[in-house]
Formats: sequence, C-alpha cells, structure tokens
Amino acid sequence: MKVLVAIKRVIDPYVKVRVKNDGSGVETNNVKMAMNPFCEIAVEEAVRLKEAVRLKEAVRLKEAGTVEEVVVVSVGETSCQEQLRTALALGADRAIHIEAETGLEPLTVAKVFQSVMEKEQPGLVLMGKQSIDSDNNQVAQMLSALTGRPQGTFASNVTIDSDTVTVTREVDGGLETLQLMLPAIISTDLRLNEPRYASLPNIMKAKKKPMEQLTLADFGIDASRHQEVLNVVPPPERQGGVRVASVSELVDKLKNEAKVI
Amino acid sequence: MATLIIAEHNNLSLSPDTKKAINAAMALSSSVSVLVAGDNCRNVADEASKVAGVEQVLLANNTVYEYQLAENLSALIAEVARQYTHILAPATTFGKNLMPRVAALLDVGQLSDVIQIKSEDTVIRPIYAGNALAEVRSNDPIKVITIRSAAFDLAEIQPEQSAPVSELDIVIANDMTKFVSRQAVESERPELAAARVVVSGGRGLGNSDSFALVEKLADKLGGAIGASRAAVDAGFVSNDLQVGQTGKIVAPELYIAVGISGAIQHLAGMKDSKVIVAINNDPDAPIFQIADYGLVGDLFELLPELIESL
Repeated sequence: MKVLVAIKRVIDPYVKVRVKNDGSGVETNNVKMAMNPFCEIAVEEAVRLKEAVRLKEAVRLKEAGTVEEVVVVSVGETSCQEQLRTALALGADRAIHIEAETGLEPLTVAKVFQSVMEKEQPGLVLMGKQSIDSDNNQVAQMLSALTGRPQGTFASNVTIDSDTVTVTREVDGGLETLQLMLPAIISTDLRLNEPRYASLPNIMKAKKKPMEQLTLADFGIDASRHQEVLNVVPPPERQGGVRVASVSELVDKLKNEAKVI
Repeated sequence: MATLIIAEHNNLSLSPDTKKAINAAMALSSSVSVLVAGDNCRNVADEASKVAGVEQVLLANNTVYEYQLAENLSALIAEVARQYTHILAPATTFGKNLMPRVAALLDVGQLSDVIQIKSEDTVIRPIYAGNALAEVRSNDPIKVITIRSAAFDLAEIQPEQSAPVSELDIVIANDMTKFVSRQAVESERPELAAARVVVSGGRGLGNSDSFALVEKLADKLGGAIGASRAAVDAGFVSNDLQVGQTGKIVAPELYIAVGISGAIQHLAGMKDSKVIVAINNDPDAPIFQIADYGLVGDLFELLPELIESL
C-alpha cells in the first residue's frame, strides 16, 4: 500500500510574527520557515507504518494493508521543496511539488490533493490537523468530502488492518475510536508520535530521492477565491501588571482585587 | 437571511458551546433554526426549542446518527443547507471535524474559529495562534462558520418559549465508518480547554515528580493542569497537556504559570486568559511582561506556601 502525506511550509513556530503596517498580512520576507509541526507528525507516522512493515517482513510475506511507499506532497512556491527534502530525509520515498502561489484556500488545496489521490491511488492519506499559520483545520475534512472517503481527524493512534484503519481520535473530553474503510484520510494530533530528527547521512541521501514537479494547470484546478482578507491587525496588546512581594500579597490580590479565587 | 445552527449534544442535552453559537448567530439574522441530529434525542430538540432566539428546530432522529459521525451527518446537513444563508457550529472538536466536510460538499469555503461577526459576510478570526487578527469577507452564497466558544456568551433559556420542532425523514447510512468506542478522560479535574482556572508548569519544575506541586495547586483551586512545551519535551507530563501554539489554546479566568519563561510559542496558547499570574525565579523572564501579578522567587518554596494559604 502507498501512503500519501501532505505537508506545508509555514513560518517557524518559534518566530514572533510581525503584522505588516498596511494590514495586508504578516511579514514573511527574511523570516525563518519550517515544516508545519503537525505535518512533521504525519510524516513520522507514515515512516513508522512503513518501518513496522519491514520488521514484519522478516517473518512473513507482504500482505494487503502493509505500507510499501511513502509519498510526500506539497502545494506552494518553489521554496517549499526545502520542506519536501526534509520529509525525504525523514524517510519518505519520493516527493511531489505542485507549484502555486502561497496562501491558497483550504478548499483549493483539498481539490489539488483530490487530483493527486486520483493519480497516485494511495491506500491512506496522512496530514496535519491544522497549519499553524492560517489555523483553519479544514483540508483533511474537505478532501474526505470531495473524494467521498471516510475521515479520521485529530488522530492520536493509527493501526492499519487489511482493508480498514482503526483511528483513535482526540475529542473534547476524551478519546473516540473509529474503524474506517481504506482508502481513508487521517489528520494528526500532537499526541500521535514524537517526530525524529533527520541524520546527516539521511539528509545527503534525500538529495538523490525523486521529486516530481507539477503546476496547478496540470490538474486544471480553478483557484479562484471564495474569501477575501480585508485587513490583518495585531491583537490588542496585553499590559504587564504588578510584582507582588510575597505569597500572602498574591493571595490577597487574587481574592480582593482580581476576584478570581 | 436564515441561519442554521448545528447542535452538538450527547443525545441527552445540548452542549453549552451550541448555546454560544446560537448567541453568535443573533448578530446575523432573526431567523435561527437549530438542527438536532442523533438517536433518541427528542429531549435535546425540546431543550433547543427553549433557547432564546430559536425560531425552529429540525430533528433528525435515527440510529444512523447516534454517534454524530461526520461522513453521513455532513451529507444530511448539505441537503438541508440550501435553504439557509449561514450554517454555524461551535468550533469544538465536533464542529471542527464536521463543518469543513459540509463546506466542501456545498463547494464553499469555511470561516474557522470566528471570534466576532461584523456583518452578514464579514468576520474576525485569529491567525498565527492569535498573534494576528484577520478580517475576512466570504463571497460564497452559503457561509459555513465555526464559532470560538470563549469569545461569546451563552444564549439564555426561556422556559415559556417553545419553538416548533419538525422531524426530518432524511436517513443517510454510513457504510464506511464504524464507531468502536468512546473513552471519557477519567479525571476529577476539569478539562483543560474549558477550565475556569489553569495551573501550568514548565521546565523550572526540574522533573516529573515536582509536577505534583502543580497538581496540588490546581486541585486546591478546582482547576485544570497544563504544561509548557519544554516540560512536555523533557518528559514531565504527556503532550495532551501542552498549552501553546502547537498545543491547546486556553482562555481561563485565572492562569497560573509556574516555572515557565514565556516563550512566544507558549504565550500564544494562553495570553487571552483574564488574569495571568507568573511565578518564576528569573525576574527577566518574558512571562512577567504579560502577567497581571508576578512573583519572583524559588517555586519550591513559594508553591507549598501558596497551596497552604488557600
């Protein structure tokens, strides 16, 4: 089985973002970029599924439901090939880069992935539950709707059986376990795994792994916009308060001034 | 202008988040319907009919909707949706899971985690984990919106009101997804995202045993416990307790940060808290720049004293 992993290039989560003065968005020039943290988890999960299979193979033959290939895909400017290389260094087998302007809407991205699914016929699609820039949390669900396939969102455990996948989901107040018919689309939550670091030899090897380059036009996708960002502003600034000298003063302030305890 | 609210419920009662979404919808139109889909959920429909502002309740009562799975629920909503200009749900895991699927079936975009409705087509939503606020206009014929609960008040219950409940006979089976089990978190403590008080620990605690101090303080205050990414990475606690841009975003009435320096990553997850208290031995820690009350000192001395005095 083939696993398709969708990844996104975003501003590094440790960078303090600066809103542009003209209200058009957030400054991205000369800002450190990285793979979206939830996407890293998706890549890690795909690689682990494949490695688990390799261990099994020592004792028995390949069977349906085992992972043979991990393909990573990203939609965006040429620079997102850096993040695809990172995914290859982490263990993905090959990459597909679809050239497009940055900041496509989730519905458009989902339509692109729908076309990629038609082309690649993966048994499973993994992606992060949300990107930490636009914070939409939409693409996996939209892709599931467009392809008519089941979805396992916010996954904290994934187990592949022969023609189904069992997904434990992080829901408000606890966990929920679903069994989905393959092919299915799964979005990853933080608890799913802890991503590895790419080793130097693997980074070198990743440079030789195949990267297919396509454009939006290759898929005939209509990228017209449904939404317009009118203005982007910084949130109201929070003022620092006072220093208290002792625990008793703190308790007094919380009780009588802030009235929160 | 007609709005449809998708009710979140457990087949017994309506979630508070749904009542907040109903309240948010009041900014849009006076005609608000609520869709209750589930199994044996007549009570939920009756409850919804008494929420202030609700004109009509649609009830889809069938075993196929028992677990409110996205695959068939989205198809049901998409069938009903054509009569509405706005479809709203709370931005809980229920709404986040379901609504983008609805939007895609309708071939429209979605406005996620909205904190303010400015007009029928324009909303404010946080991006970059709340480090920027975007004013977004949707040009779609049907606006699919999820509502951030922390930003809206509850709609009132009016016991004397009773909006008509009409039953829908649309039954859509779900052949591709099988519900296996649900496991509620077994904790006496309130849930992190919904807690009134959150006590969070960071790297300053040194090891996982010291986290007991954070737990004790949280229990004294009836609060939930949280952690910084540094504390999670160091293995003090599991990562579902992480507060921050890549973890949970909370806005409790009182947030107490213990041994947390206040990296941007962490601040993004808690800076909308009403009152922030920081306890740290480094007087220059960035957390003090946003804390309403700061206490500089050794947390191993201060925490037991604080627990004792409550």
